Amino acid sequence: MTIIPETRIEYRGVAKQFASNSADGGGEEIIQAVQDVDLKVADGEVVSLIGPSGCGKSTLLNMGSGLYLPSAGEVYVDRERVDEPNPHVGFMLQKDLLLAWRTIRKNVEFGLEIQGIAADIRRERAMDLLAKCRLTGFENHYPHQLSGGMRQRAALARTLAVDPKVLLLDEPFSALDAQTKMILQQDLAETLAAEGKTALFITHDLVESVALSDRVFVMSARPGTIIEEIDVGLPDRNNPMARRQDSQKQIGEYVAHLMGLLHVGETAAEIEI
Amino acid sequence: MTIKTIAARNSMWASLGLLVLFLVGWEWGPGLLNIPPYIIPTASSVYQEFIHAVEREQLFFHTWITALETFVGFAIGALLGMVIGYVLGISARAEFILSPYILALQIAPKVAFAPLFVLWFGYTVYPKILVAVLIVFFPIMVNVLGAIRTVDPDLINLARTFSATRWQIFRLIEFHDALPPLFSGLRIASTLAVIGVVVGEMVGGNLGLGFLLVFGEGAGNTALVFVTIIMLTIVGIIAYGGVVLLEKKVLHYLPKKEYAPV
Repeated sequence: MTIIPETRIEYRGVAKQFASNSADGGGEEIIQAVQDVDLKVADGEVVSLIGPSGCGKSTLLNMGSGLYLPSAGEVYVDRERVDEPNPHVGFMLQKDLLLAWRTIRKNVEFGLEIQGIAADIRRERAMDLLAKCRLTGFENHYPHQLSGGMRQRAALARTLAVDPKVLLLDEPFSALDAQTKMILQQDLAETLAAEGKTALFITHDLVESVALSDRVFVMSARPGTIIEEIDVGLPDRNNPMARRQDSQKQIGEYVAHLMGLLHVGETAAEIEI
Repeated sequence: MTIKTIAARNSMWASLGLLVLFLVGWEWGPGLLNIPPYIIPTASSVYQEFIHAVEREQLFFHTWITALETFVGFAIGALLGMVIGYVLGISARAEFILSPYILALQIAPKVAFAPLFVLWFGYTVYPKILVAVLIVFFPIMVNVLGAIRTVDPDLINLARTFSATRWQIFRLIEFHDALPPLFSGLRIASTLAVIGVVVGEMVGGNLGLGFLLVFGEGAGNTALVFVTIIMLTIVGIIAYGGVVLLEKKVLHYLPKKEYAPV
């Protein structure tokens, strides 16, 4: 008997519209950010979402975290309909959003504190995660004393502290330099595997999407919808460094294919003319 | 010794040299330029007047009264400014309803209220404190309100993803995020508080440095006016210094370059 893995995240016919002041100043216009989005992420899967700027990727993630509701369709996390922020979902952005007035440990405890967890349990959990994110010894530092990569690791620790089943990551590494980024990708992949988390993450980095995920969803320009789903099918999802080294050729082919889907080369050619 | 400490030491000597030069100029300049002592009294005669004023005019007592009024007025005004700034910051509706009146009050010169308050409360310390409260209130309220309005929405969303209540968002994020602007408001307000109190004292009563100022003017005692101005400056410096010290304690987590106390 084969065990079908449970679906952790599901978008069913999701659409989102925004009212926005039109460019010519002629009153409000409706912007269709995303439409007809259907996607499923199974337990333990890591799936990335790529697409041109402004295609509504972040909008999709915000609806997954319950920060706002879809105009049509539904989002389910753990088969529960998401209609408000809930503790099953962890959210992480490009900005580390560490609170300047809190030490790193207190920042990691932030979510637990909101949930009213006792101080000694918070502390223990934070120290444990700081160790996993290789930040032991920095627990009493303030955010400005840490490098960008360390701050982002602290943000990851804060996200994991509340033990969410699902992680939604919005370009978590795009503000980092190339080397720091690779190290953090490795950290993230190892941590996700070790903790058995499911993740949906947005990236602009095509190589990153192939190196880190089981599947890649490609979105169209606005109104964003999913135009292709790619099953990566390469080994070592838990070890992106190894995957980059051992599957260079395949990664290159995937990236070329993705560039075609996103019309990356064509835009560059247009600009040159 | 590092180059930095040598540079700092040299700057300190230059600063002290400037003070000596100023005192020398003050002592002998008016005589050389034939300026009569009732226009600019010499440094030494101001010092003598200081000794006299301590003995005859209870200078320290008046200074104490002014300092006390300044402190109380500043504390009440700061607290009010903070509370109302936070409340208006959180409730856009309250701000909308109250903003025209607050703007009108802000534009009105606060010291003009001094005679009114003297009429209401007589020659007591209260009108002085009230002017200080009024003058301190605005810069603090405006800074806190502005800070709450500009809290990074992603920070609020972060708290929301952890299912924070409105009160938690305020207590854990907005309150702290508004502290640096609050302190720049407090710094401005600490110097304004002295102005409010002095104007109040000048308008009525026989207490405080503002009273001594008017008394010295009436007696044609220019040296006493000089002494009083110096004492007022000292009160102001202490108030400002107190705020800076408190700020260093509270905002210790900020990187050095991001905040310049002076």
